[in-house]
Amino acid sequence: MQDLTEHIIELIRLASTNLPPDVEAALRKAVEQEEPGSAARGALETILKNVELSRSKSTPICQDTGTPIFYVHHPEGWSTRRLREQIVAAVIAATKRSYLRPNSVNTLTEKNTGTNIGDEHFPVVHFDEIEGDTLMMELMLKGGGCENVGAQYSLPNNELGAGRDLAGVRKAVLDAVYKAQGQGCAPGILGVAIGGDRGSGYTASKEVLYRKLDDVNPDPKLAEMENRLTKESNEMGIGPMGFGGKTTVVGAKIVGLHRLPASYFVTVSYMCWAYRRRKMTVKGDEVNYE
Amino acid sequence: MREVNIPISDEVVRSLKVGDSVALSGVMVTGRDTAHKWLADTFIKKTRPPQGDDLPTFDALKGFLSGGVIYHCGPVVSGLDTKDYKFVAAGPTTSIREEPYQGDVMRLLNVKGVIGKGGMGLKTLQACQEVPGMYLHAIGGAASWIAQTVTRVIGVYKLDFGVPEAMWVIEVKDFPVVVTMDSHGGSLHVEVEQKSKSVLDELLARG
Ligand code: SF4
Repeated sequence: MQDLTEHIIELIRLASTNLPPDVEAALRKAVEQEEPGSAARGALETILKNVELSRSKSTPICQDTGTPIFYVHHPEGWSTRRLREQIVAAVIAATKRSYLRPNSVNTLTEKNTGTNIGDEHFPVVHFDEIEGDTLMMELMLKGGGCENVGAQYSLPNNELGAGRDLAGVRKAVLDAVYKAQGQGCAPGILGVAIGGDRGSGYTASKEVLYRKLDDVNPDPKLAEMENRLTKESNEMGIGPMGFGGKTTVVGAKIVGLHRLPASYFVTVSYMCWAYRRRKMTVKGDEVNYE
Repeated sequence: MREVNIPISDEVVRSLKVGDSVALSGVMVTGRDTAHKWLADTFIKKTRPPQGDDLPTFDALKGFLSGGVIYHCGPVVSGLDTKDYKFVAAGPTTSIREEPYQGDVMRLLNVKGVIGKGGMGLKTLQACQEVPGMYLHAIGGAASWIAQTVTRVIGVYKLDFGVPEAMWVIEVKDFPVVVTMDSHGGSLHVEVEQKSKSVLDELLARG
């Protein structure tokens, strides 16, 4: 089996230091919408200067390099045990090279392992076997500040007047955006899962964030809701960093999951503007990054 | 953009208002959860006797923090092996976690400025009025840009807390912040929260 360690280090470097083009384009659009001279505009301008600087110097966009979340879609014949070993080796090396900050803390002893390696859930690694001959590895770095403002609602929710339907989902998500204020480093991106159980809801609300910002949900009802949530979140005027302003979120992505008849969860993962996700494909000797 | 040097005088603090953009220059100290808890337990609540290098560390910090600025930041630092430290990435972390300690720490050490992100609560706002001091909001996530304003790492205390939690003494030039809580009781966070709440209520009523 091929050793992908060096390539995974490169994937981590890219993710940590080079903001994806779709995200940068959305931020550039947002700057133009804010009043010249406002704190909101100043914040976005600094963010964009930071994005350029990180790219040119290969330094982390944000010092909180987050939880590394890997999704590995591999053809038949790859050993997931060995792939995991390579991911672990790459994470350790990337931490040494300062692409990642040591972020893995033992909750009971309060000791930081210093390597970004913890238990079997740190880093997070998902495997699934796919058809064909191309391995695809996706990586997202999910920051702590924005993770802390994620939320899960069990519908119906009387306080919000939210029933078990899309109208109720909308209310729950808007409430989550309001509660987050600027704390998740707005402008944010919303990953929303409807249904599932408490665990699968959170997992899916992050998976949906691997989608491109400018893609369109194939389900027209969800596509409409994604646009509406973006627009209405912005009407709240929370703005970049919570300074007040027009841009509170730059996108919303929704996925529907099957659920038990008894449960109806709405799960929101809030992604900060430092929306770091990158993809690598491996086919024979050919390795590509996106 | 107003240029402000650290240490900051009371006059300057009083002259700054919510919404002002400021470029900070001078010496500041990073400190986050472990540092604040350590200060509170050892020197404020005194539930834990000083031990090891606690006392000399505290004396040294007093010198830097009186009239000075504390920065909620867990940096990425290079040169850990050689002690030739450099800040690689150094954006703010969420400040509200320090709310139980911050006001008392400001009073204890005469801290004039607290930098972080997301704003803080009423206890800190109260301390801002008394000390007087202010809360300065940095741009969350702008880690490389801010690291570039760090011209020198002067030293580090309590490195055994871990790199992010240690107290780094740094010299900065033109560090960009926005005053979001001032010494007159103003808070941009309260304003924005109230405005957004009334819009939320409208949106929820729309069905
Ligand atoms: S929320 Fe995102 S941008 Fe903000 S500090 Fe955390 S990782 Fe960085």
